[in-house]
Amino acid sequence: MSETVSAWQLIASGDATLFAIVRLSLAVSLTAVAIAMVVGLPLGAILALTRFPGRSAVVVILNGFMGLPPVVVGLTVYLLLSRSGPLGELGLLFTPTAMVIAQALLVLPIIAALTRQTVEDLWHEYREELTAMGVGPTGQVATLLWDSRFSLVTALLAGFGRAAAEVGTVMIVGGNIDGFTRTMTTAIALETSKGNLPLAMGLGLILIVLILLINATAWGVRAWSEQRAG
Amino acid sequence: MRAARSDLPLSLDDVSLIVGATTILDRVNLTIGPGAPTLILGPNGSGKTSLLRLCMGLASPSRGAVSWGGRTDGGPESRAILFQKPVMLRRSAAANVAYGLAQAGCPRGLRARRTEELLDRVGLLALALRPARRLSGGEQQRLALARALARQPEILLLDEPTASLDPAATRFVEEIVRAAAHSGTKIVMASHDLGQVRRLAGEVVFLVRGRVVEHASASDFLDRPSTPQAAAFVRGDLVL
Repeated sequence: MSETVSAWQLIASGDATLFAIVRLSLAVSLTAVAIAMVVGLPLGAILALTRFPGRSAVVVILNGFMGLPPVVVGLTVYLLLSRSGPLGELGLLFTPTAMVIAQALLVLPIIAALTRQTVEDLWHEYREELTAMGVGPTGQVATLLWDSRFSLVTALLAGFGRAAAEVGTVMIVGGNIDGFTRTMTTAIALETSKGNLPLAMGLGLILIVLILLINATAWGVRAWSEQRAG
Repeated sequence: MRAARSDLPLSLDDVSLIVGATTILDRVNLTIGPGAPTLILGPNGSGKTSLLRLCMGLASPSRGAVSWGGRTDGGPESRAILFQKPVMLRRSAAANVAYGLAQAGCPRGLRARRTEELLDRVGLLALALRPARRLSGGEQQRLALARALARQPEILLLDEPTASLDPAATRFVEEIVRAAAHSGTKIVMASHDLGQVRRLAGEVVFLVRGRVVEHASASDFLDRPSTPQAAAFVRGDLVL
């Protein structure tokens, strides 16, 4: 139990290194979710509304990609960004930007697949009414996304949970460089292997509390706005 | 906004609708012109809803053709439909009406005022900010009417709008429909309620098992039905 006590002491002391790590982790994961959202919401909605040959295969693959192993995504992005890779010129490997790219790719299938399911369910209900009102394809996508906004919050949270909790991609493409690309999860892995259990424990606690806080806020906002907008 | 070209008369020319092995509508010939409300009367499963969907252009006939003012490619600009269970968008009552206005091409600057007028017309002004899905059944039906009227339709199709409403709510809805008819909107309404025929109808299309059995003025249909099925229906016997 002494580790837990020292962990709290570390948090209470406002350790600068600790907070830099927390800040970077949040910035990387939130940016990745934002990017995945901008791409994933319309992508999921369009997939929900369109019918084309091979659509079932696309849906199955997308659903399957919700469980992409982070290390594989990390490895793929590593190969793309490495000096000899196709995007090596950009010099992005071992930067926070690379971590954002990798996490966005990891989270995109989750957001797109959950959006597809939510929007498709609502489309069954809305289809005739929107068709009768003469709503075009763009309007349909916008209407369905807006009217499923409360359910889509859950999709975003699932994506954020995935990004904030994973180690594999940020470790591979970020490199766990002290003060530059070290996140909470990579720090926990490192400190544990070094035997510095108080710091690992402190970071673990902060990570869990942050994820709970973000979920609680989203829940509150959802309940409040649902009360007002139905 | 009302299209320059008229959608009337609405014509069904030898229209059949066959889904799988079931014939839902069987060689229907029907012309609906302007004037007093047309009520599509018939028992459940007689094809009333399918007929309205064809009239709206939401379904295509298996055989025959539907035309609006002589055109077979009519877009839904000057038509509106009120489904039996209208979909309430997950927004406020006012936002539902504003959505209908936007789809009908109402300029942004006019929407707030038009929304207020329409909500007032259906008696929902006090509930403008209430989430639409929290309204009662009768209120939802009236809101859907306001949203349909936002299109300023030349033809308003209604699918048993009062089927699950109590008498007070039914009267409210019928008043709105009557007012719309008076201001020149052609009402085509499915019903299985003879009382409603007496209260609203100008003419009656009597449908039994997908066939038009009788098409007559309301008074002729009620006083001098020309077919045994219609006579039985008017007497209050069960027509299956």
